[in-house]
Amino acid sequence: MPPNSVRFKAERPPPRRSTIAVVGESILETLIRLAGMSAIIFVLAIFYFIFKEAFPIFGSEEFSLGEFLFSTQWYPTSETNVRYGIAALIVGTMCVSGLAVVVAVPFSLGSAIYISEFCGPMAKEALKIIIELLAAIPSVVWGFIGLTVTSALVMKYTGAQVGINVLNGGVILALMCVPIITSIAEDALKAVPDSYREAAMALGATRWQIVYKILLPAAKNGLLAAVLLGVGRAVGETMAVLMATGHAVQIPQGLPFGWILDSVRTLTANIASELGEAPTQSDHYRVLFLTGVLLFIITFMVNLTADLVVRGIRRKQ
Amino acid sequence: MSGYKKVEVTDLRLSYENQEVIHGISFDIEQNEIFSIIGPAQSGKTSLLRCINRTIELSPGATVSGSIKVDGEEVRDIHNVYELRRRIGMVAPLPVGLPLSIYDNVAFAPRCSGLSSKSELDSLVERCLRQSALWDEVKDRLDTLGTKLSGGQQQRLTIARALSHQPEILCLDEFSIAIDPVTTMRIEDALKELRQEMTIILVTNLVQQARRLANRTMFFWEGKVVELDTNEVIFSDSPNDPRTYDYINGIFG
Repeated sequence: MPPNSVRFKAERPPPRRSTIAVVGESILETLIRLAGMSAIIFVLAIFYFIFKEAFPIFGSEEFSLGEFLFSTQWYPTSETNVRYGIAALIVGTMCVSGLAVVVAVPFSLGSAIYISEFCGPMAKEALKIIIELLAAIPSVVWGFIGLTVTSALVMKYTGAQVGINVLNGGVILALMCVPIITSIAEDALKAVPDSYREAAMALGATRWQIVYKILLPAAKNGLLAAVLLGVGRAVGETMAVLMATGHAVQIPQGLPFGWILDSVRTLTANIASELGEAPTQSDHYRVLFLTGVLLFIITFMVNLTADLVVRGIRRKQ
Repeated sequence: MSGYKKVEVTDLRLSYENQEVIHGISFDIEQNEIFSIIGPAQSGKTSLLRCINRTIELSPGATVSGSIKVDGEEVRDIHNVYELRRRIGMVAPLPVGLPLSIYDNVAFAPRCSGLSSKSELDSLVERCLRQSALWDEVKDRLDTLGTKLSGGQQQRLTIARALSHQPEILCLDEFSIAIDPVTTMRIEDALKELRQEMTIILVTNLVQQARRLANRTMFFWEGKVVELDTNEVIFSDSPNDPRTYDYINGIFG
């Protein structure tokens, strides 16, 4: 090292930060790293636990994977002929969640656009508070409303004999998804810079033209994330659908619209209602855990699809 | 310069909440002139432009009084404000590339007003990009995102966009603040061409830019007009107000 550089080094003032600050910083860094890593650990641990409980079923003589996925016969407690077919439950989950998403997405995106772009500041504050309140209602309360209020309405206006059916559960589930989708979609729209709005405004665009030509394309990633969170909620929700869909193991019949007045049972509701009664380590118990693995896979696929779609959009830009 | 008064401003006052920021100013802008407004930051120049195209109405708490007439028509009484804004092109200080392709950026305003013919749009986009000295750089990649362009290119894209609805008045608000001198000179040349077709209002922090481009210059300070005259007077050794001389020669401001 040349001598003048040594001299230069010596002339620099010594660091002024205290030892506590230096050590504390590295401790904090370790802590937040642990916090971040814990997410991975928890996911892996949960997956391991569920899979460990479910896996031995593949050794059972009563069980075949084909029957599990494609049979509609769900008789887990039969003395003579035990059958574990969850096809009806899968279809039930798809019907209720699908209906909920179809109802909730237009409503939520509409109200997000209204709150973020069209309404005045007073109405905006009021609406945001009320929507947050809506999100805070416990799911068992929604189930209660589904069981009493909306099922009566469904019977009155559709003439269905049983009020707790796909339509009822779908509507309740939609009501539960709306506040979540709305508030995330509203955040996504709010994140679009105001300069875009001003620039478009100065070009003579009307408010509606700004919304569908500028804001929706600019916010599409956030809006998609909002919708997919709603889908996740719809697939995973348990208590409300348990109470509002009728809990009957059957594939709803009647196209094009008859099916929405049939009662169904969903995967989640099935686990919730039967796990308590199933003897530990029995085949029934393990099949319910296998249903849990399936739910895990479904949500994983939804998230993965969302991720890929968002990446695809980003690459195109 | 034709002597025809394109914009007439009379006793314009603007307040935000209870604070008045423009204190009763009056001036006229003639057709086909480059009218520059100089003055320190925070003196109300941008607000003045926003009063003309009525985007000031988007700021909560802003109250405008007095009169602004475009072609003799009071802007506040114009029912179709979108029509008014299409007659006025506006370029903001920092370039705003809308998150659309270059082509769609320029075609945005014409499409909003109902133009959908592909061939008309094509020729319009090309003409606007040529006018803003951007065509040669982007003609091969019109479908890439406007936001991917460099700062100077985006600013020229903004100008092309402002020209796309064939405005009668072009307002430039410190357009050169985020771009390099070479690009600035190219845009200035383009503006000299454009003067044949439209009236240009140039708000600038650069006194020399006003001297190079404008026919008349208004020195605007703390919401008041200090002096408004032709460039020969404003940039002479003896403008009417000594503060103008001091500002232009860098003694204050």
